[in-house]
Amino acid sequence: MRPEFAKFKPVNLKELPKEDWIAPGHRGCQGCGTVLPLKLVLKVLGPNTIAVSSTGCMEIITSPFPFTSWRIPWIHVAFENAATVASGIESAIKALKRKGRISKREKIHVVVFAGDGATYDIGLQYVSGALERGHNIIYCCLDNEAYMNTGVQRSGATPFRAHTTTSPAGKVIPGNITWKKNLDGIVVAHGIPYFATASPGYLADFLNKVKKASLVEGPAFLHIYSPCPTGWGSKSEDTIILSKLVVDTRLFPLFEVIDGKYYILNRKVDKPKPVEEYIKLQRRFRHLKPEDIEYIQNRANEEYERLVKLCEIFAPPKAEKEAKVE
Amino acid sequence: MGKKIAKEVSIAVADAVAQCRVDVISAYPITPMTHIVEHLAELVNNGELDAEYIAVESEHAALSACIGASAAGARTFTSTAAQGLMFMYEMLYIASGFRLPIVMVIANRALSSPISIWNDHGDVMTMRDAGWIQTFAENGQEAVDLIYHAYKVAEKAFLPVAVNLDGFIVTHVVEPVELLDQEQVDKYLPPLRMKYKLDPKKPITIGAIGVPEIYTEARKAQDEALKASYKIVVQAWREFEKISGRRYNPIETYRMDDAEVALVLIGSLAETAMNAVDVLREKGKKVGLVRIRLWRPFPMQDFLKAIGKVKALCVFDRALSPGATGGPVGIEVRSALYQSNKRPKVLNIIGGLGGRDVTAEDFMELFDRTYSFLKARPRFSYEIYGVKE
Repeated sequence: MRPEFAKFKPVNLKELPKEDWIAPGHRGCQGCGTVLPLKLVLKVLGPNTIAVSSTGCMEIITSPFPFTSWRIPWIHVAFENAATVASGIESAIKALKRKGRISKREKIHVVVFAGDGATYDIGLQYVSGALERGHNIIYCCLDNEAYMNTGVQRSGATPFRAHTTTSPAGKVIPGNITWKKNLDGIVVAHGIPYFATASPGYLADFLNKVKKASLVEGPAFLHIYSPCPTGWGSKSEDTIILSKLVVDTRLFPLFEVIDGKYYILNRKVDKPKPVEEYIKLQRRFRHLKPEDIEYIQNRANEEYERLVKLCEIFAPPKAEKEAKVE
Repeated sequence: MGKKIAKEVSIAVADAVAQCRVDVISAYPITPMTHIVEHLAELVNNGELDAEYIAVESEHAALSACIGASAAGARTFTSTAAQGLMFMYEMLYIASGFRLPIVMVIANRALSSPISIWNDHGDVMTMRDAGWIQTFAENGQEAVDLIYHAYKVAEKAFLPVAVNLDGFIVTHVVEPVELLDQEQVDKYLPPLRMKYKLDPKKPITIGAIGVPEIYTEARKAQDEALKASYKIVVQAWREFEKISGRRYNPIETYRMDDAEVALVLIGSLAETAMNAVDVLREKGKKVGLVRIRLWRPFPMQDFLKAIGKVKALCVFDRALSPGATGGPVGIEVRSALYQSNKRPKVLNIIGGLGGRDVTAEDFMELFDRTYSFLKARPRFSYEIYGVKE
């Protein structure tokens, strides 16, 4: 499989640096499940990293001039094109290294932090272009399942029946009418070296995936589950509980796809918790009827089982099997 | 000094870009700029130019990638036209706001609808307020020279520069063009040194939020930088003259010494207009031509000086601003005059839209009309010329 993974050793939690590359004192909400994974990604990547943010909460809370929370070089250009800005940065580094203006030995990570709106919707073309061209970037989609920064509007990542301000739970149309877009499938179809889903609720798995993403040459994509207490109507203290439940209910399975062809399931959920446990902790789902919950339950199971099959059929070659994450 | 070689202007422009040793090229094809970026791709793939060529998926992405690359300290190039420029519009303001020395060639083309691939200035006039330095070439030689100049200026002023070439009329013409020698280019254009860039050794934040307390100040700083770039633009042309012997000014004049009536325009139509001026001069008419080479920052003093003591101006615009008080150049000229004591009459003509040919005879007719305008004021603030009724 990927030769880069020969060097892979799981992240030792005890050896994680004390430093954070995003400073405390930013303007994130209490219990924000988006800035938390962002911070964790940077902990693994370290200071030799250039970060690109799309417009969104993470940009707003970290950069009200003259303040900045970023201890690494950071650029925000616009909503849709963080992947392309990162492409430009990566190309510049490549050219300048060749010309001896940046040391060839210096490993500089280029990481993108973009929300679900910036990735699923307005930026899909840019993401696709950057992945297809094969830039050596790490793209983190911090998925909080709606446009939170502008006041909780529906995105292509919003779950079925969720209430948002543009998919309100009305008398005739009760919330979002579509199932969450299969972004993972779209990204994997690009055949990129590394794709993974990750949740801050499963910390070791999360950190190891960031490390793997940092090792591969070429594009790596991390789809990161990011609870939003403000937008979801969940309790601040439930952020990590939700981050675990979403995996345990099969709604957000943890898996990796290498080179677009080898599937690895990182966490088997043989005895799933009922989706109701996950749903009842969030006000955005409080209008759901039993038949809605049943539909969600069935579809989650169906999609999870399909993934399990993919992982069986398209397992990585045995001899070179990955060092097990977790 | 290099030899004069007959080349398609697009190819010569691309050669000049390569001589400037760009690090990153990011472009998306659109007629009539394609030959420029095709030739650059050829140079890269043949190992004649050491650069990264990013074949992006749209014009918006083309400029986005340039912004990223430039912010990381690379010398960048892109090119577009018409709909492409419209599509990258959002990024135009960010490139200048970030003070990035990006160079872009615009092969000027009419805007849709109706869709047209042919030449006018409707595209670039929409980016009038985008905070870019903007120059216009009259012919192939000037196009090439404005490329060297653009990098020199961009990297001193830390502002993006748009070099405008009339689509097809300039871009696709085969013309004898003299390129500088590589050593001359290297001397004129030392390697790019960005004071502030994305560098892990010296982390900076780019693209922070401008709260109401600082937004106005940030915009003022940008305005001052663009105005101050005038001196850099002129100085760069002086330096260029020393190595090439070719002299450029913000405003070009032709037979203006004792002119009573003058034509004002931008771009390649000036060559046709000069013919008209020559014919009328032979007939004893005191006519002249004023061509705006530097459009932003608008060289107001140069312009006022250039028009001398004319009694009337015919401002020929190649872009329409529907429902306005004139074409973009007409509005600019009238505004400049109002801030001075000069009060020549101004006839504002919109023409040459979407590739409509404008001949020397047309200009002679317009001179005639400008003369009659001295006696009777027309009832319109602008007129679209040459419309088939």
